[in-house]
Amino acid sequence: MSILQDIPILSLILLAPLAGLLVVLLLPKQRSGWMKTAAIVATIVPFLLSLWLYADFDKQQGGAAYDEQLSWAEIPLNKELQNGVSEFVFKFQYALGVDGLSMPLVLLTALVTAMAALAAVHVKKRWKSFFVWFLLLETGMLGVFLARDVFLFFVFFEITLVAMYFLIGIWGYFHRERAANQFLLYNGIGSAIMLLAFVLLVNTAGFRIDQAGEQASFVYSGSYADILRNLADPNAWVNLSPDQLGGVNPFQMTDAMQWTLFIMLLVAFGIKLPVFPFHTWMLKVHTEAPPSVVMIHSGVLLKMGAYGLLRFGVLLFPEQVREWAAVLAALGVVNILYGALLAFRQQEFKLVLAYSSISHMGIVLLGLAAFNEIGLQGALFQLVSHGLISALLFLIVGSLFERTGTTELAKLGGLARSMPFMSGVLLTAGLASLGLPGLSGFVAEFLAFLGLFESMRWLTALGVVGIVLTAAYVLRAVLKITFGAQREKYGALRDARLVEAVPMIVLLAFILLLGCYPSVLTDTMQTSIGGLFEQLLATRAGG
Amino acid sequence: MFEGASFTPLTWTDMLYLAPELALAAVFLLLVAIDLLLPNKFGRTSIGWLTLAGLLASLGLVLWRMLDMNQGGAEAETIQLLANSYRIDDFASLLKIVFLAGASLIVLLALGTVRDDGEITDKGEFFYLLLPAAIGAMTMASSGNLVTLYIGLELLSLTSYVLVGMKRRSALSPEAAFKYLVLGGISSAFVLFGMSYIYGVTGSVDLAVIYQALPAALADYKALVYVGFLFMVAGFGIKIAAAPFHAWAPDVYQGAPTPVAAFLAVVAKGAAMAALFRIMFGAVYFARTGEDADVAGDIFLTLLVMAAAAMLAGTTAALRQKNVKRLLALSGVANAGYLLVPIGVSITIVHSSSFSEFVYYLVAYFFMTIGAFAVFAVVSRAAGHEELKGFAGMYYRSPWTAAAMVVFVLSLAGLPVSGGFFGKLFILFGAANAKAYWLVGIIVVSSVISYYFYFGLVRQMFMRSGAADQPIPVPVTAGIVIWLCAVATLALGAFPGPLMGWIDSVFSIGRDLLFVPFS
Repeated sequence: MSILQDIPILSLILLAPLAGLLVVLLLPKQRSGWMKTAAIVATIVPFLLSLWLYADFDKQQGGAAYDEQLSWAEIPLNKELQNGVSEFVFKFQYALGVDGLSMPLVLLTALVTAMAALAAVHVKKRWKSFFVWFLLLETGMLGVFLARDVFLFFVFFEITLVAMYFLIGIWGYFHRERAANQFLLYNGIGSAIMLLAFVLLVNTAGFRIDQAGEQASFVYSGSYADILRNLADPNAWVNLSPDQLGGVNPFQMTDAMQWTLFIMLLVAFGIKLPVFPFHTWMLKVHTEAPPSVVMIHSGVLLKMGAYGLLRFGVLLFPEQVREWAAVLAALGVVNILYGALLAFRQQEFKLVLAYSSISHMGIVLLGLAAFNEIGLQGALFQLVSHGLISALLFLIVGSLFERTGTTELAKLGGLARSMPFMSGVLLTAGLASLGLPGLSGFVAEFLAFLGLFESMRWLTALGVVGIVLTAAYVLRAVLKITFGAQREKYGALRDARLVEAVPMIVLLAFILLLGCYPSVLTDTMQTSIGGLFEQLLATRAGG
Repeated sequence: MFEGASFTPLTWTDMLYLAPELALAAVFLLLVAIDLLLPNKFGRTSIGWLTLAGLLASLGLVLWRMLDMNQGGAEAETIQLLANSYRIDDFASLLKIVFLAGASLIVLLALGTVRDDGEITDKGEFFYLLLPAAIGAMTMASSGNLVTLYIGLELLSLTSYVLVGMKRRSALSPEAAFKYLVLGGISSAFVLFGMSYIYGVTGSVDLAVIYQALPAALADYKALVYVGFLFMVAGFGIKIAAAPFHAWAPDVYQGAPTPVAAFLAVVAKGAAMAALFRIMFGAVYFARTGEDADVAGDIFLTLLVMAAAAMLAGTTAALRQKNVKRLLALSGVANAGYLLVPIGVSITIVHSSSFSEFVYYLVAYFFMTIGAFAVFAVVSRAAGHEELKGFAGMYYRSPWTAAAMVVFVLSLAGLPVSGGFFGKLFILFGAANAKAYWLVGIIVVSSVISYYFYFGLVRQMFMRSGAADQPIPVPVTAGIVIWLCAVATLALGAFPGPLMGWIDSVFSIGRDLLFVPFS
């Protein structure tokens, strides 16, 4: 028994940024320095706590020991039409939990947010509300990865939506309002579809009858564990055909409904990921949002889409995923190639990175489509790895823009002479992004492609072409910025200050660590992934 | 053949049951006299405070009666006066509480904003006319009889026409009053026309008798039953501004004084909803099986189609709206659609919580709409116009009022953590339970469309800079209304359990909604 199991560690991680938010709110308006310090402390606390939890985690069986569950609301429903029912309720839970899938992402979120808080030194105006929304955003993201009730998940998901809307719309660049609107509408559609899917899910798979002697209680539960259990239980109402019950079963989930729900979830999280036709909003966000927010957006928010797809798509609807594996893989390959080709054509460094994100998220889809342990490990590894790399790249972009006032490739060049440190970091991050062995990107791509190779060789081969293209566009952009003739006006630029260098070094250290010792991450993931697919399919086949 | 309750005249003890209504009437008469006798040199603010006192006293009486009646739990007996024509049951009491609380908040708001409004000439009248309007709304909620219902409707409507035209020195206000009078007249005519058909085929105006007599009447007069109910639905559709009967709402809200617009949006709309609830479940719900069920099903379906139309028409029309009052009117149209859903979806063995869903969303809607109107009232007062631009740069001028407005906007858009989120979630859940999947889709689609214009307010407040930079003056009473509404909206979003639990513990469909309990 470790001490972490006796304290509500997950709630502490979740609430630390909120406490910081209150402190920032109470500080006087003109004390921007105090506010920055408070915000940085408020993001470092959850980072240290989740680091501790991560270190403690491996010893436990799948993380179940940390689960927290409180009743949030029990909504009594009218039960005059049922005879002999003692209770008819709709339960919402404040249920938190971590497992091998979410633990790495919680740590990633806490790390990237803490680094982004350091990078927020570039914020020039309205510090107080900036840090309020910033810390709220962190709470939302952590909540998404920790929540174990579908409605709690939705609440946190929406908190990130609202906080991001403000962060983009107020502190972004010139077209910030359009970017914020586009962000809101695309993601609004995504989360509306998600809510719809959740309502239907709770309506069928969330229903159960607890029989205690003579008394029966009817319960609709939003709890993820309940839904998972009901779906796997052949005798649960959701899996019984009407014939078995004498004609009527309003809770049955028919095949058509399963497919509808699966496709709804695919679209909802596909918008967030983003999957190819739904990606335009994220280009705008990448170019218009302030650098520290883009670090979070690219580093964590895109991962929420992949995580949702995994948690609700793959784990709840494994058969559908297996049948549609080819579709998912094809979408992944399209993402990889489309992102890579367009990244090669961009003149704006931020857009190169944005398209590169689309390309890299394609690899996640490939990993999911592989539908085996190796592929899933690759997908998860890619989430963490890309989160770190893109956060680092956008951190550098922010510092570059601060000095040069531009991120257009044509106007940059020869920065290695005046800024050797930052250029070196940029080059390393670029190499990590293109998958150089020894850095984290390589492991992720290798695992994902290896996983897919078993089932879909041709698609894998096509996807690998993307790697070549990645090398081409990354090197083109990075070399253009760092080498070549130095422009006179950039001669006197200062290299990274300490407050900029620290997050760069920390992120780089994690990238190197994962590249050299992937088992730091894979061991944790394995606690939840080991035997997962056999188990999933076995229980569903029985039902 | 069902005979209906035998008629017994009112006794003095029955008057006690009518205490909330009688209290309002007494205060009203008193205030008329005071306004008449008080010399002009005295301000009319005291009349406003007395109006508020009357509303709160009535609210207290309703609460007391309700708690007294429910000592035996949800199964407690209801009280029927004058042969079921006036019912004191939990349906009525719950809605009366909502109406009276809403009206009190509106009076409180008006106390802050009407005092120095030069366009409103008769400030005393402005306040005390809200009292008969409230009585009308309460009568509609309490009626078990078409005639009582109609009297309540007219009492509410006639006073509203006058209230809309209160800004005598403005050109828009009389125009709005005239439009509302004509449309309201048509609406009343529709309702009365429909009622006359139903009376014709069933021989009664008592909803309970109609319920019993309809199956027999259907055999001979199917078409007339349709005509009767559909005309009533259309008539109330105009009152609640549901599409396609919503075109009057933006014009009338724009012309009316802001507190009156809020009154129309919440109390008047809520009362017409209550009437629809009574008619649908008192009379139309007669047939649950067999061939007759189709007729009832068609009329319920009409409500749902109207709801869907209102959601889509309200949200799309609001997209390009630059006038905030018109925008709030159109938001009210969309919300009328959401509120119609629980009335229209069928009650099945797995879904019978329509009323608590309805009341929960109604309460959330009351708080967020009155709050939004209150913020709008202080902003337009400072800006001197009613355009969206008036909100520009509000973050710099009055950050806390802007923060309160963000709460209302989130709630209106149905985002967590707010009352609007849970309200919509319960309605969605109910519709999904009743297998009305097409409607669930439309609710979600219209919510997403509405993000655009609700967040347009946020854009103005936080991302644009305005012409003025001094703080927006917020009268104390208006500030109280804004903060009460903001806190209540957040509380409903964080703790949805208590209110839903309370409604469930006092309300019984069998006793309080259906006049003829389940067999």
